[in-house]
Amino acid sequence: MAKYLKQKEMSAPISTKIEKRYADLIRQKENEDGSELSILNLGPSHPATHGIFQNVLLMDGEKIVDAEQTLGYIHRAFEKIAENRPFYQITPLTDRLNYCSSPINNMGWWITIEKFLGIEVPKRVQYMRVIIMELARIVDHLICNSVLGVDSGALTGFLYVFQYREKVYEIYEEICGARLTTNMGRIGGWERDWSPGTWAKINAFMEEFPKAWEEFNQLLTRNTIFMHRCINCGPISAERAISYGFTGPNLRAAGVDYDVRKMNPYSSYEDFEFDVPVGKTGDTYDRYMVRNEEVIQSLRIIRQALDKMPEGPYHADVPDYYLPPKHEVYNNMEALIYHFKIVMGEIPVPKGEIYNAVEGGNGELGFYLISDGSRVPFRLHFRRPCFIYYQGYTEMIKGGLLSDAILTMSSMNVIAGELDA
Amino acid sequence: MALDNTVIQTILTEKFGEQVAAFEENFGLLVFEVNAAVSHELVAFLRDDATLRFNFLTDVCGAHFPDNDAARQFAVIYHMHNWLDNKRVRIKVFLDGAQPSVASIADLFESANWQERETYDFYGINFENHPDLKRILNMDEMVSFPMRKEFPMEDQGRTDKDDRYFGRAGKAISN
Repeated sequence: MAKYLKQKEMSAPISTKIEKRYADLIRQKENEDGSELSILNLGPSHPATHGIFQNVLLMDGEKIVDAEQTLGYIHRAFEKIAENRPFYQITPLTDRLNYCSSPINNMGWWITIEKFLGIEVPKRVQYMRVIIMELARIVDHLICNSVLGVDSGALTGFLYVFQYREKVYEIYEEICGARLTTNMGRIGGWERDWSPGTWAKINAFMEEFPKAWEEFNQLLTRNTIFMHRCINCGPISAERAISYGFTGPNLRAAGVDYDVRKMNPYSSYEDFEFDVPVGKTGDTYDRYMVRNEEVIQSLRIIRQALDKMPEGPYHADVPDYYLPPKHEVYNNMEALIYHFKIVMGEIPVPKGEIYNAVEGGNGELGFYLISDGSRVPFRLHFRRPCFIYYQGYTEMIKGGLLSDAILTMSSMNVIAGELDA
Repeated sequence: MALDNTVIQTILTEKFGEQVAAFEENFGLLVFEVNAAVSHELVAFLRDDATLRFNFLTDVCGAHFPDNDAARQFAVIYHMHNWLDNKRVRIKVFLDGAQPSVASIADLFESANWQERETYDFYGINFENHPDLKRILNMDEMVSFPMRKEFPMEDQGRTDKDDRYFGRAGKAISN
């Protein structure tokens, strides 16, 4: 037993190197004024961090002196896997990046590959994509904001709105059969037209959800305790945010109105009227308010898309990439050949490269593809907004309280899947 | 006046001469190569120049081209974005196959820090003057750089995905 204990003492935990760096700071501080700093391990698996990532904090009592992040707990080497998969098999990988808004990732990948192949997608498909992407954005922001409430001690708001995530998941289910990791759509459009049930569910959601969101707002937004907890908690200036590569709601909270949907419109976003809300100080409350307003803007976009929904086919006419319907495959030689070619990965893909970005739940979600003309990407890089802006976390929580650090992380909406890819 | 690709190209050629090359347009995006010796200076110039104003570093990533010449086997690819004129550029720095090394730009953009660590982690590309160059997604004890092409993902004995069976003289998928 004694031997076992000794061994355990000797085996180095992952955070040892960081602790060594801190040891000097601790000694220095002790010499300065005799006070004692301590090291706190936040995570990797802690209920307040909403995912598996570790922060090693150097604490002076309740105040944070320094912090360092350890990443990679759920690293799945997606970029390597993608180099071994035909283009249409990469969507399931994108699902698992930001799993709170998988459809945006799916659509982002299809839009990238369609742009690369020069495929023109029918207006109806583009509008349907806008609807599903905005629904996904609503869910993403809804989770972030309601869980921020939970982290600051307000469970009720969360309980009111969280059922609407289920309603949106039911819409996903109608469209593609899956709920969380959706893998929806195909190159050129949708695998099938949306059923009347889907439209009914979307209409019902548009009817009920705005009221619930209003109620949630009344509960939380002007709540004194919530405001006191969030205002001036984890602020970042616009300049620093840009340097840290912030995009999406977190950047807009700092006062910069950068939005890919406005800057480089894709999938007919230019047809819709919507505002880009911005904050001022980049603190937790501003991030909350920006997400709050974005939900309302998303509803506005969906409403317009539903009203203006054009008639037409639900996929582009690209037999090289789009699987023919089954009855054709069984009865028609040409369709059978196309089916075989697509399934066996024998589709012609040009050489070249492309960078394309969409506005994901957390910011600019980019796909950088290098193709060497074979059936798999030569190199595929995902620009994951989470991974890039999480670097700013140390600076944002330094000098603050531990409880503020929890709220800051929650309001930044760091998603482990997107962080680690 | 909107910033045009040709304007960017002219300014850069004037300033850097032979060090920048292979200008082309890719889906409206200006792409060019830069010599590793001046890459840091170039990124700083793109950011600070009064006309260019590329204020945002969108992305940093690496790539491995084992079939290239020895001096061009690795690449670090930067994407920069000018938000004021809404212009993007892609900058490629090709590096030596044996000792890939390039100056870190983490002092210019904080966001480069982790992205360069990720590139190092995947490709073993050294970033000079990086504040804390160590692995980020893989474990510290790892000795290989897994995104290099010499590490195949699938079983080498597998033949059912060979391009030759599909009438193309391509490479086998697992190579």
